[in-house]
Amino acid sequence: MHDTSAQAVQHHAPTSFIRKHVFSLDHKVIGKQYYALALAAALIGMVLSWIMRIHLGWTNAAIPGLHALSPNGAPGGVLTPEYYLQLMTMHGTIMVFFVLTTAPFAAFGNYFLPIQVGAEDMPFPRFNMMSFWVTFIAFLVLVASFFLGDGPTLGGWTQYAPLNAIGSSSGPGQGLGVVLWMTSIALFCIGQLLGSLNFISTTLDLRVKGMSLMRLPLSAWAWFITSCMGLTAFSVLMPACILVILDHLAGTSFFVASGLVLNDQVIPHSGGSTLLWQHLFWFFGHPEVYIAIVPGIGIVSHILLANMRKPMLSQRVLIYCMGALAVLSYMVYGHHMFVSGMNPVSALAFSFPTLVITIPATITVLIWVFSLYGSRLRINSASLFALGFISMFVSGGVSGFFLAQPSIDIMLHATYFVVGHFHMVMGVAAMFGIFAGTYFWFPKMSGRMMNETLGKVHFWLSFVGTYCIFMPFHYLGLIGNVRRYQSFVDDFMAPYLGVHKFVTVCALITGAAQFIFLYNLIHSRFKGKPAPENPWNATSLEWSIPSPPPWNNFGDKHPVVYHDPYQYGVKGSKGDFVMQDSPEQVVPASGD
Amino acid sequence: MGKFFAITILVIAILSAIPIVMHTWEAPADISTHGHLIDEQMSETMAEAGISFLAAQLLLAFFVWQFSNRGTETKLKSFPGGAKALVIAALLVVGVEVLALGVFGVKAWADVYLIPPSANAMPIQVQAGQFAFYFRYPGPDGKFGPLHPERINEGSQEFFGLDKEHDVDSRDDIVTAEMAVPVNKEVHLLMHAKDVGHSFFVRELRVQQDFVPGLDVSLHFTATKIGRYEIVCTQLCGLGHYNMKAYLDVLSQDDFNEWMKKETAMQ
Repeated sequence: MHDTSAQAVQHHAPTSFIRKHVFSLDHKVIGKQYYALALAAALIGMVLSWIMRIHLGWTNAAIPGLHALSPNGAPGGVLTPEYYLQLMTMHGTIMVFFVLTTAPFAAFGNYFLPIQVGAEDMPFPRFNMMSFWVTFIAFLVLVASFFLGDGPTLGGWTQYAPLNAIGSSSGPGQGLGVVLWMTSIALFCIGQLLGSLNFISTTLDLRVKGMSLMRLPLSAWAWFITSCMGLTAFSVLMPACILVILDHLAGTSFFVASGLVLNDQVIPHSGGSTLLWQHLFWFFGHPEVYIAIVPGIGIVSHILLANMRKPMLSQRVLIYCMGALAVLSYMVYGHHMFVSGMNPVSALAFSFPTLVITIPATITVLIWVFSLYGSRLRINSASLFALGFISMFVSGGVSGFFLAQPSIDIMLHATYFVVGHFHMVMGVAAMFGIFAGTYFWFPKMSGRMMNETLGKVHFWLSFVGTYCIFMPFHYLGLIGNVRRYQSFVDDFMAPYLGVHKFVTVCALITGAAQFIFLYNLIHSRFKGKPAPENPWNATSLEWSIPSPPPWNNFGDKHPVVYHDPYQYGVKGSKGDFVMQDSPEQVVPASGD
Repeated sequence: MGKFFAITILVIAILSAIPIVMHTWEAPADISTHGHLIDEQMSETMAEAGISFLAAQLLLAFFVWQFSNRGTETKLKSFPGGAKALVIAALLVVGVEVLALGVFGVKAWADVYLIPPSANAMPIQVQAGQFAFYFRYPGPDGKFGPLHPERINEGSQEFFGLDKEHDVDSRDDIVTAEMAVPVNKEVHLLMHAKDVGHSFFVRELRVQQDFVPGLDVSLHFTATKIGRYEIVCTQLCGLGHYNMKAYLDVLSQDDFNEWMKKETAMQ
């Protein structure tokens, strides 16, 4: 902790347009750039999911405009089997990397972590700027593969070997498409590594006077823990991607075994290991699930506290739980590989920590739910999405009980049960965390309030809609509905086509509801009611500075922290709360 | 609005539970000797996960109903047990739950993977390639001849790359596009991939196993009910993945002998 952290990072107010809005060193601008990137990526990812869902419900339906986008992939607007897989791969990749990692961690973390610790900026602003622009280039490289002759890779977001390494003869997009995918993700990893370094050093080195680690808001703790995971997880995925590129371009055989035959020709590779890719990928991949969800846990806790008007039952236990989730996430990755051909004894070794990880997750939920007891819960768009997050986290979490067990995984692996599970727990829950964060922090970021009525309509349609989409996925998985099929042509699946059609209709409606959010966001940015400094009567440092904050956050002030982050339900000069940087004594409210 | 949220969660939780309680959507009936262990494990997990799901959602609904939008003058309260009680409860309840699931689940897994096939199990080799399965039976000599990947030629129906001219063991090998097994006879499945990763999934048999290019993987099972069952690929293997399937015919011993005779004549 540094008493004079405000001086630790000091740059002058930018004057040119380019320095202010494009190549900005300001963590707040970079945070907003990340948010804009995630928003664009989410829109593309959502439209891709619409196309996939329409195709799954009505396989021979022509989708207007699709022919123009890809005459080969969708002749007459009807998806070919390979184009379905290509769109599916892009949907997964865009959503996991460029939305679920980018928005809750890189966007909100960039904007609010330095402010919440009381700093003027991050310690390495140039690294921070580079982190965004490398991520942006990564996104462009990925999207560029849409415009290749044979389209993007069709190998799924997991890009299993050796399909990812033996070139275009194994399928459309498997040549240059894979190389672009690997390049994009390797660049993305570099961006996140730079970001993680900044987050860690901001938390450890730039805290203002009085801001001990235990006085950090839960959101700051979540970003700190996530950045520790990011540092270790992305540093494994990046070299793995480079090795695949070498398999393509340099004739190496890291992931291709000997004696494989494609189109009656023996592949000129030898000696590689296909399972090696899965180990490297999932060593990143499982922590990635927590990289997507832990920021949500922190953000939702932070928002609930401001709306419950009382402290959590234990902030310390929540921090320990997030830490436990992070540590355990490295020990459980093999549960993705139970039937992969890995040694069956190791399946049992990976199963146990996977079951154990439900304990910190359960404690987290119990702390949230029982903290609601006796509160004065305010219902607004932000708190609704935070409550929705808890509900989704529970629903997606309990299905983890099944997938943690190798014997049950024999039946559920690669089925829609898995698709339902991860969409709920890491997709929808994380998205709800992003929405909650947006409704809560938008006034601070833009200086204007969002429309609450539209926010609530957005919540109800999204909440009910996502349950209607993803609960049936679990049921379909239980009967043995295999995932990653472009259509269900066999007799076994025919009776369940109606369920897929129902899900498609729900997906179209729920997706359309997101445009209410988009309208609200854009309209409020320009026409929303001006936001006061502290519209939610919240206590952490971001609410002690103007909305939007000046370029150096605290102006010429150097905040000093006197309290734990969540002094709600107390008697303060401003009401039932005392700000973290307020020197006044904390007096419990009467009747407590 | 808080009360509306509570009611919505209540309705969602109940509607979600109904198909499970009513057994509306379930896997097709088990036809294997080991499958009942998996099914029992699934039922126990469903009960435990279902109770956890309902308890958490209903508690959330109840507290939001009770404590949302109360006036600023209402008394704030704290859960009497505090965090310690919750942590102890979670450690005890969930700890025992996961320990029980973990320990009992080992039996089902071990039956499939840790106990080796018996010596008189019938060996069948299966090869997965884009986008078909092929099966090989060792013939009367009980031995598989060696594979020569460079000899694979789909045009001339040489799916495995056998050299019957030089390899004596290959001469009586029988290659088929469908899989037949006698009922109540243990089968030792020897799996290899020709090109990329694939998987072997028969829902009724409670068997799913990936093919790993470059690695021989084996599996054993006993089918207990005569019938025709779908074998599907569950590992994304390329553009024809959705259509990569074959059939498993479980036959009486007599019918199996008859089938084998016919297949032998066709080689």
